[in-house]
Amino acid sequence: MAPDLRTRLGNVELPNPILTASGCASSGRELAQFIDVSRIGAIVTKSVMLAPRAGRPTPRMAETSSGMLNSIGLQGPGIDAFLQRDLPWLLSRGARAVVSIAGHTVEEYAELAARLSDAAGVTALEVNISCPNVEHRGQVFACDATDAAAVIAAVRARTRYDIPVFAKLSPDVTDIVAIARSCVSAGADGLSMINTLLGMAIDTETMRPVLAGLTGGLSGPAIRPVAVRCIWQVREALPDVPIIGMGGVMTGRDALELMLAGASMVSIGTAIFHDPSACARILRELDDELARRGIERLGEVVGLAHETKTSGRAKGNVSRPA
Amino acid sequence: MTAGEPESESGPLQVRGTVLNVRKVDAYHAITIVAPGIAARFKPGQFVALAVGGPETSMVLRRTFSIYDVRPDHGGTVEFVFAAGGPGTRWLSERRARDVLDLTGPLGRPFPVPRDPVSCLLVGGGYGSAPLFALADRLRERRCSVDFLLGAASGDRVFGALTARRTGRSATITTVDGSLGVRGIVTDMLGQVIHEARTDVIYACGPMPMLRQVTALARRYDIPVQVAVEESMACGVGVCMTCVLPVVGSDGITRMVRSCVDGPVFRGEQVRWDDIGTIPFDAFGAPGWESRARRGPRQPAGHSGASQAASRAAGQTGQTGQTAAARHPGPVRRPGHGS
Repeated sequence: MAPDLRTRLGNVELPNPILTASGCASSGRELAQFIDVSRIGAIVTKSVMLAPRAGRPTPRMAETSSGMLNSIGLQGPGIDAFLQRDLPWLLSRGARAVVSIAGHTVEEYAELAARLSDAAGVTALEVNISCPNVEHRGQVFACDATDAAAVIAAVRARTRYDIPVFAKLSPDVTDIVAIARSCVSAGADGLSMINTLLGMAIDTETMRPVLAGLTGGLSGPAIRPVAVRCIWQVREALPDVPIIGMGGVMTGRDALELMLAGASMVSIGTAIFHDPSACARILRELDDELARRGIERLGEVVGLAHETKTSGRAKGNVSRPA
Repeated sequence: MTAGEPESESGPLQVRGTVLNVRKVDAYHAITIVAPGIAARFKPGQFVALAVGGPETSMVLRRTFSIYDVRPDHGGTVEFVFAAGGPGTRWLSERRARDVLDLTGPLGRPFPVPRDPVSCLLVGGGYGSAPLFALADRLRERRCSVDFLLGAASGDRVFGALTARRTGRSATITTVDGSLGVRGIVTDMLGQVIHEARTDVIYACGPMPMLRQVTALARRYDIPVQVAVEESMACGVGVCMTCVLPVVGSDGITRMVRSCVDGPVFRGEQVRWDDIGTIPFDAFGAPGWESRARRGPRQPAGHSGASQAASRAAGQTGQTGQTAAARHPGPVRRPGHGS
């Protein structure tokens, strides 16, 4: 029997927990050549900003062991083009659109939230707070509990009541639980974690940094244990807050691992570069992983690893068919 | 090779293709994979993107290769040429018949072919010449004449010299060490070949410095040039945004476009060669571009006057377009400065 994969994104029900990760699926159009975008839980768009943005110079990418560094610099056409072209396309294909937003001031985030609330069809907002705050000496919002909370509060205030707001957290902090608490207190309906880790690579032939932007975000299977740890810690502290987990998920087994740590949805990022139909494949694999363990409902595994060993086993036994 | 297929059937496919053979061709490797759908949809200039390293691979990014040839055997095969320089391509060179590979394709914009029977010069550097042979077939179908100008560091690195000599109306080979053909680089011979062949159109594929120089010379002779660029890609399908370069659109506005889906073939003069590795300060979305845009877009044929050294410096030190622009405020790059 096929397990029930339905999950809740705030007050929205998704048919399954597999999402794209922001920045790895553009606005879905390119992937539609390989997968049915309406069949996965949602498309999380590349972060949208107010104005068009050219991004960083090339080289923007470096492959590393089981991962990659990127320094794209949020290249994108801006909110007007997104509302005119990308959002209507996603909706026309029957896809659920989780829109990632990014800005350099609290007001920019708030304005984006307002514009997207006026547009029909936005399933949720994911607030990419891993941007430098120009009003705070370029300090990244996600690395400061007060800054992060200011953005989330402003976004929540300007977002339509029925659109959930998720804060996307950076793992590059001393205490991710403190940032998570701060975002939830400010009104976040859920948390997305983790964003990339800041990394760097040097070409030993040219003896210079590989990336034109010097540093880049590390993603891929190399960071999955960091994602599991962050999700675990936040779930432990805030067991009732929904979590979209991401970080190096390549297979259905990996997705299950993040769910056991506490994620009720899982975003697929770097795996898409490796395999453009990764989301559909991972969804199939997750289904198999659950069925093989006799699990009937996805909800049974979310955060299951936190239960004490005996109760965890007992739960497993109960749901296993005789 | 097929032409005129409906739009819905011309998009890329993701397939698991069986390796037919891997062979050594001088300094390179050529691999043939059974991939019927890709072979049927292929147009010259397009490429494939392969996952390398097998299951549980530590290499997460796809490798992209221009398609050299497609054949109808086994329902349709795709062949491409590569240099086994890194761990991914070394792994690929170790594949054997019956191994299965995950590939997507055909990807990218193909070479446009002229409507009339004109004189075409095909310029290739290293194994960059690989996609030119399928193009040559296509051009000959259109009754175009085809001349080849191929070059590399040494004779064993000129891919397809024999085929070029056998099938081209003329074939000029250059090598840096003089081991094959004329000693020198392709651009040394370009002017002479253009004169002798009465070239109407140039197609070029190879390293970026070569493409840049071929474009500059083609402009001097006022000959249209189509180039297939080499930019490193992570996905090949348009989602990762790593393979961008500054290209002037027909509206005169420079955009950072993806070479995988907006290219890899561009009109040579649309590429801002001197600004590759930078964000030109007048590019769409560059910091503060809107205030400058009001002064009018640059001309499509406008040639950047910024020195290559300045562009390189900006790229290497990782300065953003903004700082590069601030350091090199350019009367030479002012909007509307045509050539």
